[in-house]
Amino acid sequence: MTHTAPQNSPAPEHATEPLLTASGLSRSFGPTTALVDASLTLYPGEIVAVMGPSGSGKSTLLHCLAGIVRPDGGRVDYDDTDLAEASDSRLSDLRRTDFGFLFQFGQLVPELSCVENVALPLRLGGEPRRRAERTALDWLERLDVAEVAGKTPGECSGGQGQRVAVARALITRPRVVFADEPTGALDSLNGERVIRMLTEAARDSGAAVVLVTHEPRVAAYADREVVVRDGRTRDLGGLG
Amino acid sequence: MSLGPTFLGLLETRPQHGYDLKQTYDEQFATKRPLAYGQVYATLSRLLKNGLVEVEAVEPGAGPERKRYTVTEAGVTDVEKWLAAPESPEPYLQSTLYTKVVLALLTGRPADQVLDVQRTEHLKQMRVLTRRKADGDLAEQLICDHALFHLEADLRWLELTAARIDDLAGEVRGR
Repeated sequence: MTHTAPQNSPAPEHATEPLLTASGLSRSFGPTTALVDASLTLYPGEIVAVMGPSGSGKSTLLHCLAGIVRPDGGRVDYDDTDLAEASDSRLSDLRRTDFGFLFQFGQLVPELSCVENVALPLRLGGEPRRRAERTALDWLERLDVAEVAGKTPGECSGGQGQRVAVARALITRPRVVFADEPTGALDSLNGERVIRMLTEAARDSGAAVVLVTHEPRVAAYADREVVVRDGRTRDLGGLG
Repeated sequence: MSLGPTFLGLLETRPQHGYDLKQTYDEQFATKRPLAYGQVYATLSRLLKNGLVEVEAVEPGAGPERKRYTVTEAGVTDVEKWLAAPESPEPYLQSTLYTKVVLALLTGRPADQVLDVQRTEHLKQMRVLTRRKADGDLAEQLICDHALFHLEADLRWLELTAARIDDLAGEVRGR
């Protein structure tokens, strides 16, 4: 598969068919119940904010949706696959090709330069180094951090590092980006810049985003909101 | 917005006619509704009466003569005082919403729904402001940010209250 530089295009209309549907999810960690009958439906190209207090289960929900954590009960349907039951290799393939990830920190390989970090998902997919890095540089330019291409993540500011991570999450043109508190470690100004760039770039490339955040101002960039309280989800809708 | 001190401040930058003052004000501050001419001239008349502005010159215009206003020393002092005084915080939302939540609890209605309905409304408004910011210049962005931070504070209160709703129910029903 050839990956090209991001193009500007209008935000996709919500299709009637969901891209990902989770229902009846439950998950416990030892005696601690993290999810109880949780559900979430994600449509292609939409941005859904998952909010809730600390420890409410929102990160566990995201991990179950992305196939990182297997739920104890319930299902996660994506592309004719129930991720709760899928094989490890199928999950691994999906994480490489269909899903992009963005976390609060610690996601970039400290020994690699930023352009190598961004190119990494393409390289793992078998793309030649030169072409992968060319595309990576285009993404770094798109996110206004081309100047750090040759630096290691440790040489970047927090905001720059997160924008590099956004580039890496989007470079494979995933259908879903899972973002867990992507602005949690940043100040207001940098957090705002990162979330704006993430949502704009995701909309341009047609990716849906599941955005876990405890910050209402970050959630306001999403199309709608799902609240998690005591492991239960509540869909509060959005602008429509 | 306190129109009087704002006009005084704008006149401190340079003497202006009423019409120019309105244009300057609209450019800088009136993001939604331009200022009505009646308001402009009523305010100028009050400032004149109180000795905070004076007519620097009367010039011929296309129609009637135009007065050019300038700020007086007393007016400048007024601006300084206004800028130095803190604005009163407006904790209106909590009191209204708190009443609603307590009433819901007292009457056996679902108080968490009261909070969720408000939460949805707040976030809806925040999305509108966020979109406005995306299309706006720096001034527009800062104005929207101010509103966004206030709405965010309200939302944090909603979240905190939702987390304590059972405790609150016990308290209000036990009174």
